[in-house]
Amino acid sequence: MSRDTRRNDFTRRDFLATAAKGAGALGLVVFGGGFAFVSANTVKSRTGETIGPFEYDPTKHEYLYLIDVSKCIGCGSCVRACERENDVPRHYFRTLVERYHVSRHGRVYADSPNGGRDGFDAKDIDADITKSFFVPKLCNHCTNTPCAQLCPVGASFVSPEGLVLVDEERCIGCSYCVQACPYGSRFIHPVTHTASKCTLCCHRLSKGLTTACVQNCPTGARRLGDSKAVGDEVVEIIATSNVRLLKPELHTEPKCYYVNCSQEVR
Amino acid sequence: MHEQAMNFLFPNDFHIMWSLMIVLYPYITGLVAGAFIVSSLYHVFGRSELKPVARLSMVASLSFLLVATMPLLAHLGHPERALNIVITPHFTSAMSAFGMIYGIYLILVIVEIWLIYRKEIIELAMRSTGFKRWFFAAVALGVYDISDESRAIDHRIIVVLAAVGIPAASILHGYVGFMFGSVKANAFWSTPLMPIIFLFSAVTSGIAMIVVLYIILTKLNSRQIAGDCVQSLAQWLWLFATLTVTLELLEIVSLSYAQDEEWLIVGPLIRDKIAVSFIGIQMIFGSLIPFILLGIVVLMRRYLTDTLRTVISFIAASILLIQVFAMRWNVVIGGQIFSKSGIGFRENYVPELGGREGVGMALLIVTIPFLVMLLFNKFLPLTPPPEGQVDAGE
Repeated sequence: MSRDTRRNDFTRRDFLATAAKGAGALGLVVFGGGFAFVSANTVKSRTGETIGPFEYDPTKHEYLYLIDVSKCIGCGSCVRACERENDVPRHYFRTLVERYHVSRHGRVYADSPNGGRDGFDAKDIDADITKSFFVPKLCNHCTNTPCAQLCPVGASFVSPEGLVLVDEERCIGCSYCVQACPYGSRFIHPVTHTASKCTLCCHRLSKGLTTACVQNCPTGARRLGDSKAVGDEVVEIIATSNVRLLKPELHTEPKCYYVNCSQEVR
Repeated sequence: MHEQAMNFLFPNDFHIMWSLMIVLYPYITGLVAGAFIVSSLYHVFGRSELKPVARLSMVASLSFLLVATMPLLAHLGHPERALNIVITPHFTSAMSAFGMIYGIYLILVIVEIWLIYRKEIIELAMRSTGFKRWFFAAVALGVYDISDESRAIDHRIIVVLAAVGIPAASILHGYVGFMFGSVKANAFWSTPLMPIIFLFSAVTSGIAMIVVLYIILTKLNSRQIAGDCVQSLAQWLWLFATLTVTLELLEIVSLSYAQDEEWLIVGPLIRDKIAVSFIGIQMIFGSLIPFILLGIVVLMRRYLTDTLRTVISFIAASILLIQVFAMRWNVVIGGQIFSKSGIGFRENYVPELGGREGVGMALLIVTIPFLVMLLFNKFLPLTPPPEGQVDAGE
């Protein structure tokens, strides 16, 4: 059958039938889309139960982060999960894992090959190593944050729930915040040329999910808390355990707490 | 094995963020502020022996001010958003003050230069024809009054502007130092001394540039070099260079003596990583040699001829220009060579030749002010009118 004949065979009845099918399909897409939208907000909460449709009020949260150094096995799952979740460019890190070996005489051997993304190979150190451990790191989301303070255009800011975030549309890429972060948590994104950092997966938090790194930690070394939630277990641990902060002398007031963390960690 | 094992960088710390352009920026603003101070020494403090360089230093200050933003634009990840600093400044940031400080200072310098050259501009407008006449009439703002009373008023305004300009220049450069000094995350930058060190080294570089420019310009014009002028500049240069180096050493000595945690990384930084540029170029070649040379000029004035003193001053000033550049380099690059881990160093930074932030761009940016000065000199003289034609305006 030639192409012309086919076109001529297309009768008014065919047209009406096709139009009806099209309208039906369109209706399905709209309905289905709406359903999908509702279902996207119907998710499992951090405590496990299904909730939704989820309404998120940032002023009702203040997140804290707890890292138990004794539980980290250096598998790098968190780093890989963060990379996938947030499309982090290779050789830059929103979260990472460091490895420490400390000798009997207090000499520190630290490394973090590729941010610990691919785990760690055994390391041969010619010294009497008396303790070794892995330390997960991420942005401390400081309350008294030096990076947002000195952003000249206000592109770095603190959100109502206390997260330190970057507005990529406003960032001029001056790198001043990268210089100001004492923890090496920021970098200039090689593609967008703007400052980039851990957002504590705020896109997930706003849907009632936990962060990608916490979700993927097989040992529970990383935990997320909410100081505005009633009876939050992480808040309780921070209040009652021997926790420490990184570089407390700088008075940045980090929201990331460490337990079982040796003083060699910087 | 040990050295390698001890060298630990935070994984995001492998990249040098602030390049040659950010070395150049404080260097240029330093020249701007320093050159202005030279002019003010004449206008405000009545150092009449500096008259031959009063105009030159103002025009040099303006010429470098015009390119001061260029290294920043070349550095920014999004230069097209640069004006956000002015439109939506975030006032807790030292950097957000840039637009305001730069703007005020630019207006101040332009107005002062206009008042200084008003008589010449009017004469040019009256002498010329066609477009040139129209142009200079516009620059004169249509005011053709060059009576003695009018010039006396000009002079009074110049003195006020030059006086206001001293704190303005100090703020312009002090704030650049503050931008580094206020970064508490950086052991090498974080000191309240930083703005003061920047300020004094700015004045040093400004005076040094004027010495070099004046001697070259006068030689090119086959004029007589004013020995008194060079002698006076050499004295000021000696004073400011000494103060600068004292402060620079004081910062290091304090860190070293207190044996604070910072010294654990700053010590190896100075000893190993920037030993050549800091100890070699900045301190020994750049500071000690000019200190001795200028000391000879200042203390043995009566035993030396004018020519010899001029030659020695020229050499010392040229070296001091290198010293101040080395200081900027050591602060900006040195402060980034070590990781925030406090126990690791990056590889040394070598600027690329081409590219947006390369050596070529730096040379281009530094060349522009000299072209501006040459162009300016084509119409309005950088050196004062010959003796005998004393102008009430200055």
